[in-house]
Amino acid sequence: MITRFLWRGMDRNLRLFVLLVLALGIALPVLNQFVPPGSALHVPSWVLQLVGKYLCYALLAVAVDLIWGYCGILSLGHGAFFALGGYCMGMYLMRQIGSRGVYGNPLLPDFMVFLNYKELPWFWYGFNHFWFAMIMVVVVPSLLALALGWFAFRSRVTGVYLSIITQAMTFALMLAFFRNDMGLGGNNGMTDFKEILGFSVQADGTRAVLYLVSALALALGLVISAAVVGSRFGKALTAVRDAESRMRFLGYRVEGYKLFVFVLSAAMAGVAGAIYVPLVGIINPSEFSPANSIEAVLWVAVGGRGTLIGPVIGAFIVNFGKTWLTGALPEVWLFALGALFIVVTLLLPKGVVGLWGQIRARSQARKARASA
Amino acid sequence: MLFLRQLAFLLSTLASVLIAGTAFAADLPALVGGLTAGSFGDRETAVGALAASGDARAAPVLEALAAGQLYVRKSDNAVLIGKPDGNQLALTEAITGKPAGSGSEAGLDRVRVNNRLRGIIEAAVGSLTLMSPDPRVRRGAAEALFKRRDASSLGALDTALAAEKDPRIKRSMSEARAASVLASDAPTAQKLEAIALVRARADRDSLGVLVATAASATDPEVKAAATAAAGAVRQTLAAWEAAQNVWYGISLGSVLLLAAIGLAITFGTMGVINMAHGEMVMLGAYTTFVVQELIRTSAPHLFDVSLLIALPLAFVVAGGIGILIERGIIRFLYGRPLDTLLATWGLSLVLQQAVRSIFGSSNREVGAPSWMSGAFQLGQINVTYGRLWIVVFSLMVFVALIVVLRKTPLGLYMRAVTQNRPMASAMGIRTPRVDALTFGLGSGIAGLAGVALSQIDNVSPNLGQGYIIDSFMVVVFGGVGNLFGTLIGALTLGVVNKFLEPYAGAVLGKILVLVFIILFIQRRPRGLFALKGRSVE
Repeated sequence: MITRFLWRGMDRNLRLFVLLVLALGIALPVLNQFVPPGSALHVPSWVLQLVGKYLCYALLAVAVDLIWGYCGILSLGHGAFFALGGYCMGMYLMRQIGSRGVYGNPLLPDFMVFLNYKELPWFWYGFNHFWFAMIMVVVVPSLLALALGWFAFRSRVTGVYLSIITQAMTFALMLAFFRNDMGLGGNNGMTDFKEILGFSVQADGTRAVLYLVSALALALGLVISAAVVGSRFGKALTAVRDAESRMRFLGYRVEGYKLFVFVLSAAMAGVAGAIYVPLVGIINPSEFSPANSIEAVLWVAVGGRGTLIGPVIGAFIVNFGKTWLTGALPEVWLFALGALFIVVTLLLPKGVVGLWGQIRARSQARKARASA
Repeated sequence: MLFLRQLAFLLSTLASVLIAGTAFAADLPALVGGLTAGSFGDRETAVGALAASGDARAAPVLEALAAGQLYVRKSDNAVLIGKPDGNQLALTEAITGKPAGSGSEAGLDRVRVNNRLRGIIEAAVGSLTLMSPDPRVRRGAAEALFKRRDASSLGALDTALAAEKDPRIKRSMSEARAASVLASDAPTAQKLEAIALVRARADRDSLGVLVATAASATDPEVKAAATAAAGAVRQTLAAWEAAQNVWYGISLGSVLLLAAIGLAITFGTMGVINMAHGEMVMLGAYTTFVVQELIRTSAPHLFDVSLLIALPLAFVVAGGIGILIERGIIRFLYGRPLDTLLATWGLSLVLQQAVRSIFGSSNREVGAPSWMSGAFQLGQINVTYGRLWIVVFSLMVFVALIVVLRKTPLGLYMRAVTQNRPMASAMGIRTPRVDALTFGLGSGIAGLAGVALSQIDNVSPNLGQGYIIDSFMVVVFGGVGNLFGTLIGALTLGVVNKFLEPYAGAVLGKILVLVFIILFIQRRPRGLFALKGRSVE
């Protein structure tokens, strides 16, 4: 029944798109693992890692889109949820290093030995279990979103105020995580991971599986989002976006709708972060920087807000551009990024996905004028 | 034994002071010669005599002696000071300070000192400088003796006190004397008097004196008095520290005010989120840099007025770019605040990268004119002129802005458009023009802020980024659309920040302030001073 519910939420395009994501998710690791390196079809591991990273970003973009595109809440702090999920995963991976660290302490990670910690801080307990870390990946960002959203939505903080508050939140978290006393690695963050669930993080096979997991997570995220958006709940959500006061007067508890979708979106961002960390092998406080969160918003804007395919496409386009430009013409990248913000908001309010519709509408209008 | 020696020295000092007339007249070379010969006892007498001579030239000789750098040349018995210079010694004549070539230790006899003599010399140098004709040197010597708390300097202090005319120096000397009395074994009554004197001084050094006295005193009465006095001084110090924190807070608040006040106009009255506001500040700072560079290369005598020249230019540059932004981007986005936010963020990236491409990404140096450098003491509050000027300047900008808004036609139009755009338009106000000018005004003020911030912050392409979130917090906290709210908000946040810093550290303090504002907005979503109105959103 749940599968039918999930399936029904999607339109034909989205079904095809999810299948495409899944196909890519399976095809690339297969081509990487089972096609010999000399062959033309072989996919090198760095491509796998890069695309895996994009997939995580895409999931983050879907999360942002869920609240911005469908509920009208512009969160400039989603990078914080992403990073919190990543830190939870990082803590698990740190505990897995065990006594193989530089200082060889069986209990304490290297940076704690370095900072003269005598025992493990209380919030590190449990992170040696994978299942516990996985629960925390979802729970920690959700709790933060719940607390912030509960306060903010209840007192009807909306629009740009909410955007600025979320930005201040991620900024405050960044400052906090930069502190060494925080017990989470300070400005160096966490790195030098050894293994995940007993498999070496560096190994190609593990990378391939992690890639597969990121593709699966994105597909699942899309399916869940589609189900939420397509349901009666989703219709109410869109109505809240378009006419919040009217919904309130009609008797809907607007806060509840917003809060639910905010928490769901934060949890998705957390999962994206958790997969991202073992893929890139490091997590540090700069992930909290407000610029990161705002870039995630750009992915959504470029792809097309209010659609589920858009954010994925946007995340791929922008990040591919970033990878290419920062390598080829590093000077130009920030110009391009800045220009993209301006061009998209001025000329492409519906993003790349809406471009086709925009062009068609214009040509139809011209035809109508010509015939009139 | 030691004490007897000290007493002997004291007596000898006193004796030589009594015959001060003759001591002054006695020729310095003979006295210096006395340093180099005879037993240690004789040398002590010579040191005393030198100290009593009150001749400033004697001080470097004594210092050299204490450092073991005083030599006698074997060939002609000339007294020389030798400073190590590679393998050789750079020699100067002891009394005149004229260079006397260099030489190796072979042809020289080092004048030997022992530790006790060294101690006596130190005190002698102190008392010598007490008699210096330069009032600043005298004051410095008195302060040094206060910190040293040495009973042996009592005699010299008494002499100096008798001769001193300047009441402020006299006070310093009597405080130093009191500190010395506390270190000596003077009778209880004198000590209590001294404690009262030290207590009245009420600074960190006097606390040190009192705590040491309380710890070492054997007389219970003195001990109790010293402890009580130390407590009182601690309280006074705490009060001064609080006052200093308030000053730091006001200083930080004025910086926030400068950064936020332009934002208060664009965000507060126009409802436009300008994420590139920080970059306008940065452009102002770079304008200052360019102006100073031009002045340095072509008209160095104008350096002291460079900031005054930079002010109008920064206003024009930032304001002009602001108008361009409004005409080119923002006017297409009215009614879509979230899109405005994103577009201006993109713009800020472009501006940052543009400045980085032109000026490089490293910090640029902007100098302070002479009238902005230096500091003065207000009680025990340390006030730097630079900070003081920034506080004054931010208040001036604030007042000027209020005047513009209240007394000029532009201000009238701006308020009209803010309150009711269609009606203002119907009355013949060209609202697009007013929008552009308002935005230009807000940006221009950010440029002015940049001139001021170039004095206290690194001028780099990232200068603006550091202020943007803080400025938004100030505006939101103070109440959107209310300039007085911005003023109060900026000062409050500045002071709160500085008060949290000693307890929580700078970073945690900042986090706490952010959390506080986030919670505060929950209580009062429209800020401290909300505009009363009927608008739904």
